[in-house]
Amino acid sequence: MSESCKFKCYIWELPVRWSHWVNVLSISILALTGFFIGNPVSFGSSASDFTMGWIRFVHFTAAYAFAVSVLSRIIWSLIGNKYAGWKEFFPLLTAPGRERTIKMLRYYMFVDKEVPETVGHNPLATSAYFALFLLYILMILTGFSLYAEHAPGGIMHKSLGFMYSLFSNQGMRLAHHASMWMIFGFIINHIYSAWLMDIKEHGSEISSMFSGYKFTVKKEK
Amino acid sequence: MSIQKNSDTSEKAEQSAEKREYSVGEILKQRGVSRRDFLKFCTAMTAAMSLPASFAPSVAQALDEVKRPTLVWLNFQDCTGDTEALLRASNPTVGEIILDILSVDYHETIMAAAGHQADEALENTITKYKGKYLCVVEGSISMKDGGVYGCTSGKTHLEIARRVCGSALATIAIGTCAAYGGIAAAVPNPTGAVGVKDAVPGATVINLPGCPCNADNLTATVVHYLVFGKIPAMDSKGRPLFAYGKRIHDNCERRPHFDAGQYVEHWGDDAHRKGFCLYKMGCKGPATFHNCPTQRYNEKTSWPVASGHGCAGCSEPQFWDTMSPLYRRLPNVPGFGIEATADKIGLGLVAGAGAAFAVHGALNALRKDKEPEETKEG
Repeated sequence: MSESCKFKCYIWELPVRWSHWVNVLSISILALTGFFIGNPVSFGSSASDFTMGWIRFVHFTAAYAFAVSVLSRIIWSLIGNKYAGWKEFFPLLTAPGRERTIKMLRYYMFVDKEVPETVGHNPLATSAYFALFLLYILMILTGFSLYAEHAPGGIMHKSLGFMYSLFSNQGMRLAHHASMWMIFGFIINHIYSAWLMDIKEHGSEISSMFSGYKFTVKKEK
Repeated sequence: MSIQKNSDTSEKAEQSAEKREYSVGEILKQRGVSRRDFLKFCTAMTAAMSLPASFAPSVAQALDEVKRPTLVWLNFQDCTGDTEALLRASNPTVGEIILDILSVDYHETIMAAAGHQADEALENTITKYKGKYLCVVEGSISMKDGGVYGCTSGKTHLEIARRVCGSALATIAIGTCAAYGGIAAAVPNPTGAVGVKDAVPGATVINLPGCPCNADNLTATVVHYLVFGKIPAMDSKGRPLFAYGKRIHDNCERRPHFDAGQYVEHWGDDAHRKGFCLYKMGCKGPATFHNCPTQRYNEKTSWPVASGHGCAGCSEPQFWDTMSPLYRRLPNVPGFGIEATADKIGLGLVAGAGAAFAVHGALNALRKDKEPEETKEG
């Protein structure tokens, strides 16, 4: 193993990167339009305008893009490389995973000084991503359940029937709204940690999400 | 009105039994309802049942021939608002015709008999027409402590409901209380109030929620049964699709203002006077399924949104709890104060996360990390 250089490793495959950036774009659009839907501004100057109509149209289109992206990423976790695999998202279930998580936690809490070397995902991050994906699924289910009410008895309304017995209609709105704030909280955490690890690990954390390559101490076997 | 006024003599009972052999058409003729009014009524009912106009002759023909059904009306934990809604119909044709075509054998509010006589009338009807009579229930049923919080003539409502609804052909739960428990079932629900379907799970129940229920929907439900001989198609909450199959928001006369982006911002502002969308004033039309915008109340005179007040969501289960606060878009977040809205909590959450990571970042900027061996220069 080289003492002075890092190895270039292909970590993030194309579907992983695409899914990530489609999520970024669609969540930004969904959050912005969602704010206006939840608390609209009186943009319309005449009853023939269609301001809210367009805002909702953009919201629903972005929602479909987001749902497809999330679903693709879930499928890719079954067929992609080991860094994309579903096992990555449950580091606490294996002994080495727990060890890596504790090491990372110790670094974050200023106990250890040495930056733990991570090749694929940061184990703390993947634990958060699991919770995030649950939030995504809640968002998609509540969102499409509310959307499907324009056509009661339709395929979407019928297949989401269980949602209407789990939630009251207003409860669904509240969950949809509150989940967005939780995703915001995650985004702050996510951007900060990516930036921190990019600086501390010297592994090209941030650009890896564009190129797919990370730089690691250990050579991939 | 054809309420059995006396049930003490067998002669009278026989008379009323004879009366039942007449068809609805004949009875209406006897009552002086003109053919023209009858056909107008049939057309209105066809529209209320969401059937195409071509069905009107079939409705008229069926009503001409059908024998009038026996109906008993039970009042439980209620305000009698649904009875009022039915009786106070100003234009007599619809309201009275429905009572004319039905043989209402028991209705505490409007029957002449009282006490033991009334009890006997009910008893006679449910034994004589077992499995054949219609039952209308108004008001919720108390379940707590054996149902002792609601009693009529010494029997608990639960007991009466089990007996009367259990052997009815079908039970129409009229109003939100009978359908889902209504205000009595709102938190903390001291009497353990529930709707008819929850109290008597075995009964065939048609829910006609609303506070009050629209009398036209009750009439249409009965007419549907008379014309087709079966109960109407219902949604997952037990409501007939013809009346509850569409969302208020999607049929609302103010919907163009919603799509345009024209909203009432304050009560009495210019937008309110112009009749703009009440979405920002907490209108629950987007969360409520009912035919109010098309059927309207009081002989199609008006309905809440038309009069400038948002929908309260009164035809949805547990609306007292889930639709409040009535003048806000979103419910309050449980566990936080009344005034804490989801947005305030969310903003606090995001600000907290931002602050935590800012501090973490500052600490990181100050600390000296041990670089991994391999990346050291030289």
